[in-house]
Amino acid sequence: MAKKKSLGKIRGFSIQFLPYSELSGMDSTQRIKKILNIVLGNVILIIQGKIESHEESRLIEDTMAMIGHVKGFKGIELAVISGDNDGGFFVRIRRGLINAMGGGNLGALTIIGPATIVKEIKKNPKKIELLLDR
Amino acid sequence: MVAKALKSFFRRVFSRMFGQKKELKMGFYGPPNAGKTSLANRICKDFTGEEIGSVSKVPHETRSVQFKEKVEISYKGKKMMFKIIDTPGIATKIDYEDFLKFKIKKKDAKNRAKEATQGVVESIKWLDDMDVVVIVLDATENPYNQVNITIIGNLVARKIPVLIVANKVDLRKANIKKIESAFPEYDVVGISARYGKNLEEFYESIFKLAKKV
Repeated sequence: MAKKKSLGKIRGFSIQFLPYSELSGMDSTQRIKKILNIVLGNVILIIQGKIESHEESRLIEDTMAMIGHVKGFKGIELAVISGDNDGGFFVRIRRGLINAMGGGNLGALTIIGPATIVKEIKKNPKKIELLLDR
Repeated sequence: MVAKALKSFFRRVFSRMFGQKKELKMGFYGPPNAGKTSLANRICKDFTGEEIGSVSKVPHETRSVQFKEKVEISYKGKKMMFKIIDTPGIATKIDYEDFLKFKIKKKDAKNRAKEATQGVVESIKWLDDMDVVVIVLDATENPYNQVNITIIGNLVARKIPVLIVANKVDLRKANIKKIESAFPEYDVVGISARYGKNLEEFYESIFKLAKKV
């Protein structure tokens, strides 16, 4: 008799959505602090929009500094999905105007999860797969 | 703009008159195990006879920035002096348990992980010092890794010219087209650092890149 397939044990996890308006009034240090505080609470964070590339690198630096100092913390998984290159000239102009008015790239989504929960984020241009650590 | 062009012109003229050669700082960036040190070794060995660092199948073999000065690359009669800067692979997570799979002792694995985290921070700090950057990607891996996008985004913000190298083209799973479609705005050169494949095109691209400085 064939062995019954098991789904295995899946740990519980939380997902938090952060609208861009909650980050827009903050400076880089405050943004990174807020993001890391959420992720350190073992929560998968979905941010409306994206942070700046220098903030992403700062986030990586701060994450690295925490490994070995925060118990059980192994780092983060990070992915941004964006439709920046889609559409024609006028669509991009309209998107640019909306982004300028909103203060950030609102057509994007950023996913950040603790590496203890999110094993891998597989990203293709328009699809994100979260592989969880069982 | 005009002042900058004049300054650049006079610098080139004086440099030629007095035989001084500017040394361009060329950084090798990318995720761990993409072959940054293998490529840097290949270049250094070709033009100085010495390698820059050790390579390994275990990720994060390079855990501190290493460099070789006065590497004169010559190709088809053209010559240019570089400072080759090989950086630790940039990652968003480092787990010492991953090193245990390579039969490394627990204590050594923990130490390696600690050094690797410091290496990532050091790599990012060095971004400001580069004149040109070669992003080395493993052509068998998915290029849409956020680390690659973050590095390129930072270089664009700093106006540092970028060349993307798709390494390990000798492997069956290698897919340069995927890297080209992920980064359509950049030149992508497919090479095998291990076997020295297609380095002519790489050197030609390096000279083109240096002109953008």
